[in-house]
Formats: sequence, C-alpha cells, structure tokens
Amino acid sequence: MRLPRLLRQLMHRRIVMLSALVLIVIAVLALGAPWFASADPNDTAVLDRLKGPSAEHLLGTDELGRDMYSRIVHGARYSLTIAALTALGSVIAGTVLGLVAGFFRRLDAPLMRVVDAMMSFPDILLAIALVAILGPSLLNVVLALVLVYTPRVARVVRASTLVVRELLFVEAVRALGVRTSRILWRHILPNLLSPILVQVSFIFAYAILAEAGLSFLGVGVPPEIPTWGTMVAGSQQYADKAFWVVLFPGLAIIFTALSLQILGDGVRDLLDPKLKKTL
Amino acid sequence: MSGPTPVYRYLASRIAGMLVVLAIVAVIVFVLTRAASGDPVSVLLGDQATADDIARVKKDYGLDKPLPVQFGYWLREVVQGNLGQSIFLQRPVTQALWERAEPTTLLALMAVAIAAVIGIPCGIVSAVFRGRWVDQLFTGVAMLGASIPSFWFGIVLIQLFAVSLGWFPVSGYGAPGAPITERLHALMLPAAVLGVLNSALIIRFTRASMLDVLGEDYVRTARSKGLPESSVVLKHALRNALVPIVTVLGLTVALMIGGAVVTETVFGLPGIGNLVVSAVLRRDYPVIQGALLVVAAIYVLINFSIDLLYVAVDPRVKL
Repeated sequence: MRLPRLLRQLMHRRIVMLSALVLIVIAVLALGAPWFASADPNDTAVLDRLKGPSAEHLLGTDELGRDMYSRIVHGARYSLTIAALTALGSVIAGTVLGLVAGFFRRLDAPLMRVVDAMMSFPDILLAIALVAILGPSLLNVVLALVLVYTPRVARVVRASTLVVRELLFVEAVRALGVRTSRILWRHILPNLLSPILVQVSFIFAYAILAEAGLSFLGVGVPPEIPTWGTMVAGSQQYADKAFWVVLFPGLAIIFTALSLQILGDGVRDLLDPKLKKTL
Repeated sequence: MSGPTPVYRYLASRIAGMLVVLAIVAVIVFVLTRAASGDPVSVLLGDQATADDIARVKKDYGLDKPLPVQFGYWLREVVQGNLGQSIFLQRPVTQALWERAEPTTLLALMAVAIAAVIGIPCGIVSAVFRGRWVDQLFTGVAMLGASIPSFWFGIVLIQLFAVSLGWFPVSGYGAPGAPITERLHALMLPAAVLGVLNSALIIRFTRASMLDVLGEDYVRTARSKGLPESSVVLKHALRNALVPIVTVLGLTVALMIGGAVVTETVFGLPGIGNLVVSAVLRRDYPVIQGALLVVAAIYVLINFSIDLLYVAVDPRVKL
C-alpha cells in the first residue's frame, strides 16, 4: 500500500489520530525544550523543595526544588532520542539479518539458532549485562537495547521474507536474470515495509520502558542526566510526601508508550487486513 | 518398515536444536563476561602481583591457552554444575543462585496465575464480542498494561496498599526464617504488579487464539448441532485455543525468572534479578555469568518441555 493512502486512512480513525497528536506534542516539547521549559531543569532551590503543582511550578518541584515540568520536557529529549535511536538501529540490523536468513536457505538455520539463543535471555537482564560490560552512558544504553531488540525484528522480517520469496513475481524477476542484491533491495524489501513499520513503533515504545527501567535500576543512563527513568529513580523515596515527583514522569512514559502502541496497531490494521483479527 | 517413526525423528531434531541453542547461549555468556572482566588474572591477584605470579596463575588456570580452549575448560566445569566462585559473596555462584531461587520462583508462579485469571476471561470475552465496545475496552486496557513501567506501578501500589492502607509490608521478604505464609504475604503486592501488567499479553494472545479457533469448521458444526453458545465457546473452542495460551503462560514464567529484576528491586525482594543487579554494581562477573547462563537455560528447557507436552497431549500425533 502506498504511504499517502495509508496516511489518509489513518486520519479517519480518531483514536489513532489522537495518539499521533500526543506524540507530536511531546516531540515538539522535546525539540524546543529550552523554549518551552519554564526554568532550568538543573536549577536547585532548596527552599522550594517538594512543592506541589502551582502556577509557578506547573507540575511541582522535586526533592532539590527543581521544576518538575522543565525536567520532564528536557527529559523527553533524552528518553525519546534513546528510544528513537534504538528503534532505528534494531530495525536496520534486524531487517538485514531477517532478509538474509529468509532468502538464503543455507544461512537460515544457523542465523535463527543465534536469534533463538539471544531471545532466551529476558530483555531487561540482557540489557543490564550489556550495559555493565559497555559501561553506563547514553550511547551504550542505545547499543545494548539495539542488541536486545534486533533478534525480535529479525524473526518478524524473516517470517515475512519466507512468504514474499515464494510469490510469483519474485520468480519472474529471477527468471529475468536480475541480480540477487537487486531482488532483495528493490523487490522483496518494499513488500516488507508494513511489518517493519509496525516493529518501529512497538520497539520505540518498548525502548522507552526499557531505558526507564535500566535508569531506575541505576545501571542505565548516569543519574545526573534527566530522563523520565532517572527522575523516578532519584525521587522515589519522596513518593509518600510528594506524589507528583513519581506520578508525572510516570505519566509521561505511559502516554508516550501507549500512543506509540496505538499508532503501531492502527498501521498494522490498515496495512494488513488479514491480521486485523489477531489484533 | 525400518527406521525411526516420524515422532522420534521429530524428537531427535528438537533435542539437537535445543542443544545447539544452549551451546550458543554458553558462547554468548562466555564472550560477554570475558569482554567485560578483561583479564581475569588481574581480577584474581589485584594490582600488586609480580610478573612471575601472573605467569604461574595463568598456567594454573589454563589462561595461557587460546580462548576456544579456555571456553572448553569453562564449559566442562559448567556441565559438572560448577559456575565458579562469587568474588564478593565468598561462596559458589550456584549456592548464591539457589539461595535466591525461592522468592523469584514463587513470584513468577503467583504473577502468572494472576495474569491468567485476568487475561484468559477478558481475552475470551474480547474474541466473542469482537469489534463491540467490550472488545475495544479490553484491547485498550491491554495496550495500557503494556505501557506502564513496572517500577512506577510498583511504587503506586506500595503507596496505596502498603503505606496508606498498611495491608502489606512496604518491602522485603519477611524476617529471616519467617513462616511461608508471611513470605507469601510479602509477595502479594509484587505479584499483583507483574500479574496485572502481564495480563495485557495474555488478553492479546487469548483473543487472537480464540478468534482463530472460532472460525474453524468444528465450531460451526457444534453450533449447527444446536449446542448453547456457552458450551460452544467454553468446551469446543476454548479447549483448542488453550494450546498457544499455555505456551505463552509457560514462557512468561520462564522470562520472569531473571526478568523480574525491576519489580524485585522496587519491593526489595532477595531474588535472582536483585542478585544480578547487585552483582553488576559490584562488578562481580562470575555471578553475572552464572545467572545469565542459568536463566537462559531455564527458558530454553521450559520452551522444550512445552513442545514435548504437545507431542504427548495432541491426539493427532501418534507415537
């Protein structure tokens, strides 16, 4: 299906449009964080610590008197960047692996056994181990999460490649003597766009949750960088006195992840009517 | 006719496949932890070691051999059940894992039970009333469940049920040597967190699986015989739809052993996930290595057992 038609159809579904709108607002706030934030996210004011939401501090202040709203807006930059890079990286790597495994029968079994092995580790545990090895930094969190999600994408892309490979037009272009690399790139890949697009939005959502989890455990992004995960981790012990320090960063995570999943689900429904019933 | 029957051939190929995956898991774990800890000799001896000491220890532990040979030595120990010594805890890794096994296993079982109790009925209702408001509600709830970070949900539940209402302990696993009832009581809140969040997955799977089955011929036959709808759905359809659902439940248990790290940390449970996090913070590589290996092996073995179960249960497969 062509992309413009897809966009037109998506616009007809209110809940999908609403999710897209939420994502656009969050993305704009993140991109323009210095302008939209009402204060410096790292400005401490001990006298104003743990103040509830007010006109001056829209979402209250944390245990060091930092403005929660400004920190969430700035945190969005880091959380979204990490998740976007993770989605991009794992989808590219997973697509290449899946295409190769699905198209070349000889490589299929060995590659998929490695994928099986990678997927026998719980996501978060593998991510923790990888960050422990690579060292805690923004880039290494991305690298670790890419390694965790690549096998998942590879599995999906392989399954679709196996189907597309058997279609008549592939046989036709092969009979015409088209080079294998060109068949993969020009004829098979475009037919895999819908499952790949769906994976992008789901992995984006998973990565937001995973980054938050890693940072919460103290094995992800260094605590001085404000992400939605480090914010909850740093303030959780004050949750009983000031619920907003935990509530608002959590809601930011939930809204973003939920919108991404609704969007991915909407795309899947429209691109593949057969899959509609399997949710 | 000679030669093994198809089922035995199938079993043989499944066992071979499982062993290959286990071997790759072992290679991954070995390479990862070797890359991390760097030179194991300097870890053992510290900075004060002389060149002679280093050479002697390298020879003693086989570290002067090429890496594949070292992997062989390590694997031989692992197969015999020796996962090495924890640097920090001063005891064998297997013992450290065993001490942490109870809360993790109980937590996983309780959480999956909760997820099944919520997820299976909701999934059935969703499938039966497909496209109606109930379906949309449950589908939405399932997506919401998959969007809530477990640590956040944990903190919220602790505030509500432990701090404000005082029904459950805020954290921990009861006093040392506490009776099992006290330990189970301490596990209820974390199990609720994991169970509710994972029910999202079970709702999706049950719905998809039921929709597949509801389109089958035998369901139409059952309906045309004039059976009441409840009997068609619960007896004829659900029984057949349960196969993939049981798979997911089994794999969820497997993934929670080691994958419940965040929840164990929020609730201060002395489980395997918690052990790994502290090992990472202390750079205790033998523990990380052993835990990764055991957790992945459990997943592979549970996955394999579920496959075997099908061979045993499915009447279409004859031995």
